[in-house]
Amino acid sequence: MSMEYSVPIYWRNRVNYYKLIGGRCKKCGRVFFPPQSRCPYCSSDNVEPVSLPRIGRLLSYTVSYNPPEGYKLQTPLIIGLIDLGETRIIAQLTDVSLEEISEGIEVEAVVRKIREDRTAGLIHYGYKFRPVISH
Amino acid sequence: MHDPAAIYGWGAYIPRYRLPMSEIARIWGWHEGVPASLNVKEKSVDGPDEDSLTIGLEAAYNALKRSMIDPKEIGVVMFGSESKPYAVKPSATVIAEALGITPSTMASDLEFACRAGSEAFRAIIGMTLGGLVKYGLAIGSDTAQANPGDVLEFTASSGGAAFIIGKPDGTEAAVIEGSYTYVTDTPDFWRRALQPYPLHGEGFTGEPAYFHHIVNSVRTLMETLDLKQEDFDYAIFHQPNGRFPLKVGKMLGFPKEKILPGLVTPFIGNTYNGSALLGLARVLDQAKPGQRILVAPFGSGAGSDAYSIVVGESIVNRKSKAPTVDDYLVRKKTVDYAMYTKYRSIITRIV
Repeated sequence: MSMEYSVPIYWRNRVNYYKLIGGRCKKCGRVFFPPQSRCPYCSSDNVEPVSLPRIGRLLSYTVSYNPPEGYKLQTPLIIGLIDLGETRIIAQLTDVSLEEISEGIEVEAVVRKIREDRTAGLIHYGYKFRPVISH
Repeated sequence: MHDPAAIYGWGAYIPRYRLPMSEIARIWGWHEGVPASLNVKEKSVDGPDEDSLTIGLEAAYNALKRSMIDPKEIGVVMFGSESKPYAVKPSATVIAEALGITPSTMASDLEFACRAGSEAFRAIIGMTLGGLVKYGLAIGSDTAQANPGDVLEFTASSGGAAFIIGKPDGTEAAVIEGSYTYVTDTPDFWRRALQPYPLHGEGFTGEPAYFHHIVNSVRTLMETLDLKQEDFDYAIFHQPNGRFPLKVGKMLGFPKEKILPGLVTPFIGNTYNGSALLGLARVLDQAKPGQRILVAPFGSGAGSDAYSIVVGESIVNRKSKAPTVDDYLVRKKTVDYAMYTKYRSIITRIV
């Protein structure tokens, strides 16, 4: 039985997705996510992995009411643009409803189920952001 | 009895959704006296993107923050659950990878109904004291299943707790001064292969299972350590409902005041492998140096562990490094039975 989603792609990216590892260009100094072998800003191949902050601020968000199969239980999907200081990241938001959300709130990274490959395939885990739990 | 072991970090996680008992009674036509007799007001429900792995991972992340140790020093990760996301594929490796513990570590999933996490806890005590590993991570986590309409549905809930265990070096959060395990073959609760929901042996769940095993594990531990009820500041028992822990405490001579601080089931239901370990996490959140804690998890099938734990000085510096159990208890959003069936995938869809 073939998979709907690529197992090797998930496997190659899993650590970056679990631990929020980005890339830093040692030539121009820019930070980016996801990490890649060449800097997306200056094309230098002199890049290194960097752990991104797990707390950021929600700059903006949009809502998807008709996402692909595999996301149905989570619909509507709220996708946020998050400021992490040295870079910004686009990520799904969780543990928050449309009535509760607002731009500017502090959010923190968590690892959740991203999608399931039908009923027998791989479960894909990765980063999402939720409102910070104060303590 | 073994040499003292130590807890360096503890962590909890409880999903934010709550299903009131009145919703279950409304849908299935239960008499209101049934949920009232369980002493549970509402239960925690995992969100649509959560499972026992993500719950255990967040609890472990909190435990790691409080432990203040390098994750590479952890030599074993054990994940105790009866609601693993995969029948075959360890959750422990995902958690170890996400926390930066891999690759030089053991990692495995354990099963013993509600006490697999406690089995992990005790096995890691042995591994650290024996010198096989420096530190170990024990996790108990569940998204507990219950047949819709069964009385178990009132309490089967979601949550988890995690602990970093090692040898004492004077900086530990607490010392585990002794532990004991009591098991027999008792058919009080089970789930057959490929079955979605467990069954229970009616009256078997109480007297010959829960009460018999906890009473024996606790009495043997106290006799071995020569400790009396008054030596303990807190007593935590497995919490299948809000009534049993108070009853077994009374049987063992512990007053209600020593049990209530670690009793979380009235607020969130029975988190199975979380249960007593979540109670321990809540007590560590508030305990003071020098206080002594009794913990007795239980799992069907059946068995109970008993631990005597003395709080250390450094607990004070560790508490604020992660959310407490109460932080998660107050973070809640009520859902109705319809949303509960969607979040729990009780509604069958063709994909």
